[in-house]
Amino acid sequence: MLYFSKLRIIFITLFSLLFIAIASSNLFKFDDDFFDKKINLGLDLQGGSYLLLEIDNAPVIEQKLQNLTTTIRNYFKEQNIKINNIKIEGENIFFNVDNQSKQTIIDTFTDENSDINPYYPRFKSHQLNIEDTGLNLKVNFSKQGLITLKTSSQDQAIEIVRRRIDEVGTNEPNILKRGNNRILVELPGLDDPMRVKSLLGKTANLTFRFVTNNENDSFGVEKLKYEDGIEEATVSKRIIISGDNLLDAQPKMDTQTNQTIVSFSLDRVGAKRFGKATSTGIGKQLAIVLDGKIISAPVIRDTIASGSGQISGGFTFQTATDLALLLRSGALPAPLDIIEERTVGPDLGQDSIDAGMIALTIGFLLVIIFMFVKYKIFGLITNVTLIINLFILLGILTLFEATLTLPGIAGIILTVGMAVDANVLIFERIKEELKDEKNNIVAFDSGYIKSRTAIIDANITTLLAAIILFFMGSGPIKGFSVTLGIGIFTTLFSVYFIARLFTSLYVAKNRNKEKLI
Amino acid sequence: MIAFNKYYNHFNLISSILIVCSLILLIFKGLNFGIDFKGGTLIELRSSDSKINVSSLRDKFSQMNLGDVSVKKFGNDTDYLIKFENKDSKKNIIEEIKINLDKSFGNNFNFRRVENVGPKVSAELLRSGVIAISLSLAIMLFYIWIRFEWQFSLGAILALFHDVIVTLGVFSLFSLEINLSIIAAVLTIVGYSMNDTVVIFDRVRENLRKYSDIKIFELTNISINETLSRTIITSATTLLALLAIYLFGGEILKGFSLAMILGVIFGTYSSIYIANTVLVRLRVSQKTVLREDDQK
Repeated sequence: MLYFSKLRIIFITLFSLLFIAIASSNLFKFDDDFFDKKINLGLDLQGGSYLLLEIDNAPVIEQKLQNLTTTIRNYFKEQNIKINNIKIEGENIFFNVDNQSKQTIIDTFTDENSDINPYYPRFKSHQLNIEDTGLNLKVNFSKQGLITLKTSSQDQAIEIVRRRIDEVGTNEPNILKRGNNRILVELPGLDDPMRVKSLLGKTANLTFRFVTNNENDSFGVEKLKYEDGIEEATVSKRIIISGDNLLDAQPKMDTQTNQTIVSFSLDRVGAKRFGKATSTGIGKQLAIVLDGKIISAPVIRDTIASGSGQISGGFTFQTATDLALLLRSGALPAPLDIIEERTVGPDLGQDSIDAGMIALTIGFLLVIIFMFVKYKIFGLITNVTLIINLFILLGILTLFEATLTLPGIAGIILTVGMAVDANVLIFERIKEELKDEKNNIVAFDSGYIKSRTAIIDANITTLLAAIILFFMGSGPIKGFSVTLGIGIFTTLFSVYFIARLFTSLYVAKNRNKEKLI
Repeated sequence: MIAFNKYYNHFNLISSILIVCSLILLIFKGLNFGIDFKGGTLIELRSSDSKINVSSLRDKFSQMNLGDVSVKKFGNDTDYLIKFENKDSKKNIIEEIKINLDKSFGNNFNFRRVENVGPKVSAELLRSGVIAISLSLAIMLFYIWIRFEWQFSLGAILALFHDVIVTLGVFSLFSLEINLSIIAAVLTIVGYSMNDTVVIFDRVRENLRKYSDIKIFELTNISINETLSRTIITSATTLLALLAIYLFGGEILKGFSLAMILGVIFGTYSSIYIANTVLVRLRVSQKTVLREDDQK
């Protein structure tokens, strides 16, 4: 165990130096990409926001079912089958048909080439299930149908979230999918988390609709509140133009009224419809509705054919900027709820770094002093190894650009405390061996060999705990498991290669000395 | 040589009492779950006005209709930790609080940390925490069952349960907060306690092979003594490192490092007085390990 070939010594030295260099690269700036790798600081250390958003798919499902009732009615009408009593209850559509047509309808729904019910060959499932309850026919989304629907609304939502966050201009945001109805957003070094939260909390569903007094409007009507939450107006359900028709939106100052407004321009289709609506509807009120609330409802005075217009509604410059941003980036397919938020201010982050570093330094010094007092020259070997171990650990974290969190620093300190364990096991074993064995080299050799199973077992158990933490833990805790886990490997390397190398060199020189350890 | 085995019965009794007390505490008093597992909102504030104190802040917060609000000092004199349930999951609650505070105290507050965990997420976090701990115990059991005979697995697992339950018992007794980092600490304790037990067991097994005429009662004592200096040194260095985190690592790591310190102490104790006594009570002998060798 104590013999090292020259090649091996060179290899160990180079390997250690390499990681020391990589670890030190955190302190300097390099132009080169490879050397410019740095340990990422977690949100708890550099400050920032972690937001977990959940997509509320209920309105999407409801809307889809609404559309589906129309589709079903029209589709079978063409085939001269009359659909009666069609209604939505919960997440199901119920309807009646005469008995002869029942089978035709069920066949249409279960046909793999069905026009009305898409088939997913990959999952061997239709989008919709149909069931004869005896009283009527029941149609609802299949499991796969729901998953597809959720995934697609997640895809749309993540795109919109990304656009909105990019518009705010945060540096290096991290936007990820979680499951099929959640989005994780990490925003390092954010100044104003509240603004982002309020931007993400809005669906930004914009519609232009006529205010009407005719309760029998063929499209249906609904009563909507103004932004102030007090006044109300009856608005037709017919949508003139929606947010989808917008090409651009910008906050502006209206020089005449000295008000902040949002000016917008429409695409071709939108401009055409807007022109038509404003020419036929002169004198009427056109309500601008955002997320079910009326921002304003100006009276149309002139035909607007240019395809651009403006929204006023008592905005401050900030609210106008945000509204323009929301309109530019588009509407979310469904409302988002912020179900988890963790925000750390930059000064607390810095305080945590400072505290972590002080704790690391003190913990390290305490362990080093203890080991030196206890083992003298071998304590010194352990300590040098410990320092190299720390550098290799930091080097690996740098190489993988791992994220260092506050619990991660705790993991490093813990590694320092536990790293000496392997060396202690070996040294204690050697001491025992020396009681019966007078030859130093033989005693050291068998000390290393006999302590090996205990060291391996002991480290595997800690590694197992770290692996479970890695998969079950989130955010900062994950950082802890990473440093703890990598720490085990670097510890084993430094104990069996570096410390053993030093030990063998020392023992070879002092092979005849009594009471070596 | 220290006669650890003289006190096997005494300490088994004490351990049993500790476990029963901890279980009673856990069942009847329960754990003080933080917002990670209970849901709610947490705010860490720093005030720049020395006239502001806990009671004035508490009065102000209780006027805000937030339900049950807890206001505590956090670390030094200017820092406060505010926790409340946020039952209605109001979206702009932080903004409202900011406006309210500015109105009464002037713009003297720095919101250093805001955490908001919804009821759904907290339930999931709790579940995954419980799964993580159970899973780690199961995996440790499996690992030690592969490496040793079943008598050893039983001893190690009993020691692990003891450490986890008693550590949680202490947290219950002093109403210390259980959050995500405590789960991390408990898992690390499981790893550490196992580590400690394995080192002694490794020696017991070696000695069982070596001496056929020494009874397990004596043999465990020999093994404990032979590994004692290692046990002490490793516990000492680990505790030194943890103490550094506890004293200097800042408020956020206090609970974590405290749980770890307790765990290391209990873990060291249990490897000696629980794991080994199980071997004695199960009358492990040379046959136990020789049978294992035959199978290999």
